[in-house]
Amino acid sequence: MTFEPILLKRTSLPRSDSIDVYLENDGYAALARALREYAPGDLIEMVKASKLRGRGGAGFPAGAKWGFMPRNDGLKYLCVNTDEGEPGTFKDRELAEKDPHQIIEGAIIAAYAVGAERAFVYIRGEFFQGIKSWIKAIADAYARGFLGQNILGSGYDLNMSVHRGAGAYICGEETAMINSLEGRRGEPRLKPPYPTDNGYWGHPTLVHNVETLANIPHIVRHGPAWFANIGTEKSTGPKIFCVSGHVYRRGVYEFPLGISLRELLYEHAGGVPGGKAIKAVIPGGASTSPLTADQLDITLDFESLEGAGTALGTGAIIVLDEDTCMVDVARRSARFFAHESCGQCTPCRVGTQRAVDVLEGIEAGRGVPEDLDRLEMLCHGMLGNTFCPMGDAVVSAIGGILMRFRDEFEQHIRQAGCARAA
Amino acid sequence: MEPGLEPGHYAVTDPAKRSMLLTALYMAQEQYGYLSPEAMERVARRLSMSPREVYNTATFYSMFRTEPVGRHVIQVCEGLSCHLAGGAEDLFDFLMERLGIGAGQTTGDGRFTLQMVQCLAACGSSPAMRINDTLYTNLTLGQVDTILQELEERP
Ligand SMILES: Cc1cc2nc3c(=O)[nH]c(=O)nc-3n(C[C@H](O)[C@H](O)[C@H](O)COP(=O)(O)O)c2cc1C
Ligand code: SF4
Ligand code: FES
Repeated sequence: MTFEPILLKRTSLPRSDSIDVYLENDGYAALARALREYAPGDLIEMVKASKLRGRGGAGFPAGAKWGFMPRNDGLKYLCVNTDEGEPGTFKDRELAEKDPHQIIEGAIIAAYAVGAERAFVYIRGEFFQGIKSWIKAIADAYARGFLGQNILGSGYDLNMSVHRGAGAYICGEETAMINSLEGRRGEPRLKPPYPTDNGYWGHPTLVHNVETLANIPHIVRHGPAWFANIGTEKSTGPKIFCVSGHVYRRGVYEFPLGISLRELLYEHAGGVPGGKAIKAVIPGGASTSPLTADQLDITLDFESLEGAGTALGTGAIIVLDEDTCMVDVARRSARFFAHESCGQCTPCRVGTQRAVDVLEGIEAGRGVPEDLDRLEMLCHGMLGNTFCPMGDAVVSAIGGILMRFRDEFEQHIRQAGCARAA
Repeated sequence: MEPGLEPGHYAVTDPAKRSMLLTALYMAQEQYGYLSPEAMERVARRLSMSPREVYNTATFYSMFRTEPVGRHVIQVCEGLSCHLAGGAEDLFDFLMERLGIGAGQTTGDGRFTLQMVQCLAACGSSPAMRINDTLYTNLTLGQVDTILQELEERP
């Protein structure tokens, strides 16, 4: 499949982050049109018709979320989620550093559609380059009249500012992010209420991933029917896939949702080094269950991956070749989650740490058969019993590896360690 | 100043000064090198919060330090993608040897602190490392040596 990139179109241009390059390449035309030709309600209908689904991991329909925002004159906020911390994911950093105006334009249109008067960009603390390019881009957008008072003569006002996170993966979760913006510990809040009802300091708040917002100007420019025509029936539009692990050409790729995993890995990413076979592919970032080698013909869209017991997640595809030790992969994931658990709920705080202990034991050759039951019990205790979706993510990741590669775990226990490491 | 020029710039209409907390902590950390009890007390006074609340919030975030660290904090990614692509372990071993310190330690001259981290969102270009605010990717050991030499030559 050849596909003319939409979201990554400008990123290869010199000075792609500058407002001049953006303006020379159709930049802010969609905003001008949105403000001139459409009422906020029209834009909400347009995004609904495009069937765009959130790119931050959960795949929630964007238009429906816009529709949840109350239509009154009260204070409302928009948050641009640039906290990208899911291992395997590096698309938002690429977009934020190389084409920040595309996101800003999408954010302004979204804010106008839901009547928000202020937008926050919450950016991962480690992304210093991204922070600098956001700040410059926002200042340039103010200078050209795309932000601030009476935007392009429309009477609509919007202020936008950048907020730096401080090293906590969980702050990517929308309610944790709102707590962090309020100057609190980044602990998730219990939902409902959802941020669209009760977000930043109690006001309705629309939270979107960077990539989701980057799609908005294109939907306004070319129309929802054009957008809905890209991809599959239920997963529309282009998607940025991050390909990493055991693959020749690691990097970001943009294709319509619904491209086959095999095609992406073998035709575009160059296959596996050394001509090795693939053992597993983690399809949506470290929080998702792995696919096995017999599932490479699956198409990459929300519904196919859900049907296969996993998820599209952030579209971060991690390739594991035939020599990979799955116990090691599980241990590394567990370590990540144990480190990043905010500690609010016991099943997640204790469960992730216990999983690390058990997996380290198995890897070090101290495993006993009961360990596998113990891991399953830990997963069982977490599933559906935690404050935020991270508990379930841990179960998908670690439980998923155990379920699909149980024989490797048993082999480790029988042989008192990893045969591959020897 | 234009709104948006400063990270964390807030309108005066903001519901609570507390929203400034992370920004204030970054500023204090920059000024003092780490968040000493005195630094946190100053932040608390400025934002009309209790020092305990400030401490309680700051310690949630890994980028806020309540202990002094080296002038250059080196973080090497040991995340899954970087591990698979290879090179992260070698890089870490090289740094330990070269600096004579282990994970989480600081060199005697207070120049370097070495840390292992989970993912720097550079999974497509490992091995990846961050020194203070700069991200380095696709590193060779030779390049790392040059980077360290340059940092060592600085006063
Ligand atoms: C543990 C956890 C971490 C998350 N991290 C991120 C993140 O880094 N970036 C992001 O956009 N969404 C993240 N999310 C999803 C957000 O909660 C939220 O669903 C998303 O920002 C909504 O945007 P979207 O509708 O455009 O996808 C995370 C969710 C969970 C449970
Ligand atoms: S599930 Fe884990 S990360 Fe989420 S709120 Fe509970 S302890 Fe925190
Ligand atoms: S796993 Fe190393 S940068 Fe993501």
